[in-house]
Amino acid sequence: MPLLWLVLIVCALAAAGYVIGRGRALAGAGGDARTLHSLPFYYGAHVVLLTLVPALSVLVLWLLIQPMVIEGRVSGLIPDSAIPESSTRDLVMSDVRRVADGLDVAVAQGAMTPAEARQMRSEFTDVRARLGQVGVALGADVGPQLLRAAQRYRTLTGRGNLLKTGAVLLVALAGFGLAVRRSRPEFRARNVVERAVRYLLIFAATLAILTTIGIVLSLVFNTIEFFRLYPARDFFFGTVWSPSFGGGSQLGVLPLLWGTLYISVIALAVAVPIGLFAAVYLSEYAGSRTRAAAKPLLEMLAGIPTIVYGLFALLTVGPLLMRVFGDGGLGWMQAGTAVMTAGLVMGIMLIPFVSSLSDDIINAVPQSMRDGSLGLGATKSETVKQVVLPAALPGIVGAILLAASRAIGETMIVVLGAGAAARLSTNPFDAMTTVTAKIVSQLTGDADFASPEALVAFALGMTLFVITLGLNVFALYIVRRYREQYE
Amino acid sequence: MTDAAKTPTARGAKGVSLLAPDAHTRKRNAAEARFRIYGLVAVGIGLFFLVALLSSIVMNGIGAFQQTGYRLQIELREDVLDKTGTRDIENIKKVKTFAYAQLIRAAMLREIEKAGIDTPLAQAKVTGFSSDLDPMMSDGARAHLRDLVLADPGLIGQTIELRLLASSRVDGYLKGRVSRDSIARDKNLDTVHLDLVDALRSVGVVNTAFNPAFILGSDASDARPEQAGMGVAILGSLFMMLVVLVLSLPIGVASSIYLEEFAPKNRFTDLIEVNISNLAAVPSIVFGILGLAVFIQFMHLPQSAPLVGGLVLTLMTLPTIIIATRASLQSVPPSIRDAALGVGASKMQAVFHHVLPLAMPGILTGTIIGLAQALGETAPLLLIGMVGYIASNYPDGVASGFLDPNSAMPAQIFEWAKRADPAFYERAWGGIIILLVVLLSMNFIAILLRRRFERRW
Repeated sequence: MPLLWLVLIVCALAAAGYVIGRGRALAGAGGDARTLHSLPFYYGAHVVLLTLVPALSVLVLWLLIQPMVIEGRVSGLIPDSAIPESSTRDLVMSDVRRVADGLDVAVAQGAMTPAEARQMRSEFTDVRARLGQVGVALGADVGPQLLRAAQRYRTLTGRGNLLKTGAVLLVALAGFGLAVRRSRPEFRARNVVERAVRYLLIFAATLAILTTIGIVLSLVFNTIEFFRLYPARDFFFGTVWSPSFGGGSQLGVLPLLWGTLYISVIALAVAVPIGLFAAVYLSEYAGSRTRAAAKPLLEMLAGIPTIVYGLFALLTVGPLLMRVFGDGGLGWMQAGTAVMTAGLVMGIMLIPFVSSLSDDIINAVPQSMRDGSLGLGATKSETVKQVVLPAALPGIVGAILLAASRAIGETMIVVLGAGAAARLSTNPFDAMTTVTAKIVSQLTGDADFASPEALVAFALGMTLFVITLGLNVFALYIVRRYREQYE
Repeated sequence: MTDAAKTPTARGAKGVSLLAPDAHTRKRNAAEARFRIYGLVAVGIGLFFLVALLSSIVMNGIGAFQQTGYRLQIELREDVLDKTGTRDIENIKKVKTFAYAQLIRAAMLREIEKAGIDTPLAQAKVTGFSSDLDPMMSDGARAHLRDLVLADPGLIGQTIELRLLASSRVDGYLKGRVSRDSIARDKNLDTVHLDLVDALRSVGVVNTAFNPAFILGSDASDARPEQAGMGVAILGSLFMMLVVLVLSLPIGVASSIYLEEFAPKNRFTDLIEVNISNLAAVPSIVFGILGLAVFIQFMHLPQSAPLVGGLVLTLMTLPTIIIATRASLQSVPPSIRDAALGVGASKMQAVFHHVLPLAMPGILTGTIIGLAQALGETAPLLLIGMVGYIASNYPDGVASGFLDPNSAMPAQIFEWAKRADPAFYERAWGGIIILLVVLLSMNFIAILLRRRFERRW
């Protein structure tokens, strides 16, 4: 039974349950809602919750666990000798899945009887050609072990799906029956429903923690796997980055970190002065009209997707810089994609980030401090420089750190604007690359996930995650402590 | 005042008016003016960048909405398309696009003759594998003609008037992207072709018109930039946004209600709060790694599917939505809760019946802004495989819309930006215009909602 139907049936059962539960409670009270413990709605909702929640939880768990169990059992059918030299167990398993899906398609189109699909032997039938007829393209011929594994996979999946349907319906019916039986006038439906809703709310709130755990686990396991294949020392202290999928790669992270740092520094050098001055002007000098017009316009820069900035760097800023610093001009630049291009554009992106955060912080400085300074005869700029900014300094440092973490984690601008060469150079007009850009280039494409060249992306991701997390925690700590100071 | 003038000032200068500023004051005033100008300049630079960005988008991208084509009278000759004359669809299907090419070439030659244009191309071959006229036409033109005939075999034998796309070079020439100098290095197109295009343009055979296929059509392969469109990617984005909306709104609202209204102050709650504020600042590419490892490697969900993209973007937008929802729950005054509790509502009823409806406009605004953010996000989509894929097929239905490989608007733009032919750059800029229009209208709706329903307590 397709998944959608199963879900719809459970939902229909729940909807019927609402009517029945509510009706049964009301009937028990002789139609007088006042003698019920709770409002009639709660009796219905109680049945709905008891039908829906356990059944759907079983379904979700089943969907997660079934593939793993089947994978494990089918994988045992393929001996190590059947795995080609250049391949891995994962790749063979994905072939198994493809063949099994192909058999499903063939049966569904009527090109093959179910019995034939179950008993076909690759010794007698050319499976690849048969599946090719129904539009399932296979990369290689199907060997006997692979076909047997695929057939086993199909049988197990079919049995699993049948069991799943049965189990889910059984749980739904059990919940339904129990809830309907309990729907009597003296039943404290509201308390039960409210407790259930409360647990659902708690579950939703813990998803944030689950996400973090998911991120950390997926990074940690793959990183450990990577360090098993490639020495950690060479990764952290290597100065050469030259991955080659044939083997013999050198995967030193230092050139990438250097590129990341260089681009971020240039971006901050653009964004911090402009953003800070803009914030000071808008909060201390500008009239309410100017402020109302300029602030949303500046913040528009923050709402523009980064892919737009990436394209702007690649096609507008790069050629523009090339005209000034390239061969026709000063001759410092080889190509439009360079540290300078990416840094400049990233700086533009960060201006509103710095300015609106600093604006909030400057506004939080108590007016009495300004009044005191102005009353002593200081000019406005002296007040800003000697009173407001020192008072706001911790918060502004926090804002800059947040902007820095943004810059380090930014991907699209550097993928399009910074070039692809990993090198340790001090010339800002050279092409360099960053941690994020290399994560993208190592994980897109057809690399298999078991090679160090693909796994290195997870180690890079781990590095990135740790750096940005450290910056964020530190920045938030500073900002929070600063806020408390004036509250 | 005379006394004041006579008493020596602090600096001991004699005969100096108090009304005229002295050197020190002038210096201070100048510093003040300078400081003010720095601020003004900073705001100006920011706005200048905004204008530069927007104008470069519009100038480069507006061309993608127009496409050059030829208006031709095409004679659908029976002896070429249906030699048996039976109009049997199976027979007509056997005729390859290659046969349609000669019909197009013949029609073009007739136009040249009719306009009396003197060009060496008037002697171009009509039959044969390739002709000198071919570089002027889009590769897709013959396929387009074939589809038209297959859809209605009754057309065979008639002469129809049709607008067929020009090749991207000719299009670029009319839009000023390709110049006569740059064409010199081109292997396919000659200045002879360009002369012909100019001549045909003056008689109205060649013209540039609005191109709906760019908004509605599907992506095309590297060789046919003139046919590429955003339609399929827009659908992919739409399906992703549906997933994000359906998952992130209820989950986000539920967790904010818990944290804001019910959570006791303890370590667990603190942990959740710290987690949420940190997740909001995790680089988006890390969410892509999460999606790749958990949804694709571990759960074996299909690669490049909008469902997976939606799941990843949901995790990414949840913190944004939670933060916005909590802010709007906080802004509902406690007196509302007290009043509800006072007339006998349970805590849950007070929240769901009274606080939540009042906070709804703020929640919706936050959700729309979160969705807009998710819509423009590219990096995580690259990792789950929504790139390098040519989004040439429309999904067959709702299920295939969620599960079949597709692209998304920003991923499609990135894909075009990576291709070598500059004609695709124009598409990429045009795609950005579409993306920004969608984003702007979403933000506009958010602002309208806020204006309409915002309540000041």
